[in-house]
Amino acid sequence: MPEMLSLSNDPILFIAVMLAKILAVFVVLLLIVAYATYAERKIIGHMQTRLGPTMTGPLGLLQPIADGLKLFFKEDIIPAQASKVAFILAPMMILVPAFITVAVVPFGGDVVIGGYTVPLQIADLDVGILFILAMEGLGVYGIVLAGWASNNKYSLLGGIRSAAQVISYELAAGLSIVAVFMLAETLSLRGIVEAQSGSMFNWFVFSQPLAFCVFFITSVAEINRVPFDLPEAETELVSGFCTEYSSMKYALFFMAEYANMVVVAAVISTLFLGGPAGPFPGVINLLLKIFFFMFVLIWMRATFPRVRYDQLMFMGWKVFLPLALLNIVITGAVIVL
Amino acid sequence: MDILQQLFFYVVAFVAVTSGFLVITCRNPINSGITLVMTFFCLAIFYVTLHAPFMAAIQIMVYAGAIMVLIIFVIMLLNLGSSVVIRYRHAVTGAVVASGLMLFQVLIILKQGSVNPVPGSVSAEMVESVGHTELIGKALFTDFMLPFEIASILLLVAIVGAIILAKREV
Repeated sequence: MPEMLSLSNDPILFIAVMLAKILAVFVVLLLIVAYATYAERKIIGHMQTRLGPTMTGPLGLLQPIADGLKLFFKEDIIPAQASKVAFILAPMMILVPAFITVAVVPFGGDVVIGGYTVPLQIADLDVGILFILAMEGLGVYGIVLAGWASNNKYSLLGGIRSAAQVISYELAAGLSIVAVFMLAETLSLRGIVEAQSGSMFNWFVFSQPLAFCVFFITSVAEINRVPFDLPEAETELVSGFCTEYSSMKYALFFMAEYANMVVVAAVISTLFLGGPAGPFPGVINLLLKIFFFMFVLIWMRATFPRVRYDQLMFMGWKVFLPLALLNIVITGAVIVL
Repeated sequence: MDILQQLFFYVVAFVAVTSGFLVITCRNPINSGITLVMTFFCLAIFYVTLHAPFMAAIQIMVYAGAIMVLIIFVIMLLNLGSSVVIRYRHAVTGAVVASGLMLFQVLIILKQGSVNPVPGSVSAEMVESVGHTELIGKALFTDFMLPFEIASILLLVAIVGAIILAKREV
């Protein structure tokens, strides 16, 4: 394997390759986000024996573009009593962490460009998993600030609920993947993918089924998807934290929700399903896994009713947290033996 | 490359100092909270440039969570009007005097002493080869075992205290 491309041995090529990787990942992410909205409407439509969007373009395929255009030309309303800075900042604070997280997800093995080895990953951090957890923790600021800044009781309730929910479930999510990096003996996502290489049965989903289940469910709760969508529970809180938002700011919240879905799907695929490993070229494997988890998330939305707030707290603190701790103990015992 | 790094340092340092200044000048406690997050974020960036990514990640995780709780407190409990601010004006004056004195002291010490790096047992090469996270883990569970455990007992006491306080009303 030739030398790793870095800023010191060929700065111009390094910067060019970096920009190309960032651009590629960003464009793919935005495309998935746009078409996830279409897929969600179409899939849920068929699950409820409706057709979903059909009018815009063939099979309604231009629907996301039409939606985007519509939201772009809507009037941008800021409530009179709103705290202006926080109100404008909130949608960005929720979208940016979601997008940055994708930087640490590896989407393929190494390739050789111009005589140097280039890893197919934007940034291989030593502490990849902790970075993901930190960014998830930052994401909640957007929701809480949106709820508080709108000066609306429904928004505030949504924001507070979201804070409680994310703080409770962050713990269980973090503890459940401790077992994964006990097995992989590294915090870097690249190292974790390497630890799962070889046969399909090296994937951590087989050695860590409990951690996989706990992490999947807590992640769904952290990104506020059904059945944990209490922050925007439309039957009781109008639209929760984004009630007062309109135009592109609302579109940012919308994009952030789907971007978070993509991120969670990508992280779970990387941690438990071997990331880019599989029968096809690396990127396609990862995309297939992401699409599978996105489908499951949409499927769950069509299937489950929303949990009650006390059920949510009960599950977070009294079910998932002990399960995650138990899993760590068992994994530790097995490693030592 | 050195110039680029320095420029980067100055940009981040500028943001850190500005947001730190805004923490105390913002009229709204929530905005102070947001700027406090920004300050800690900049500190995390400094940790990364000092090759301590683990510290950076922990910095963001711990402080982001802690400040979140702070903001919730502000939203739920405090509805500070201007009257409270006026009532505590003498405290603000005292704080200004105290921090002014402290700044003066720091400046004097900085002017007197010469700053030389003291080489410890951990070298840059060691961090590069063994790994930053591994080194911290080893140090925490061998050399600093006792302080580490004492800190955990402190946290346990805090948790028990919180439960007692929360249960009293019921």
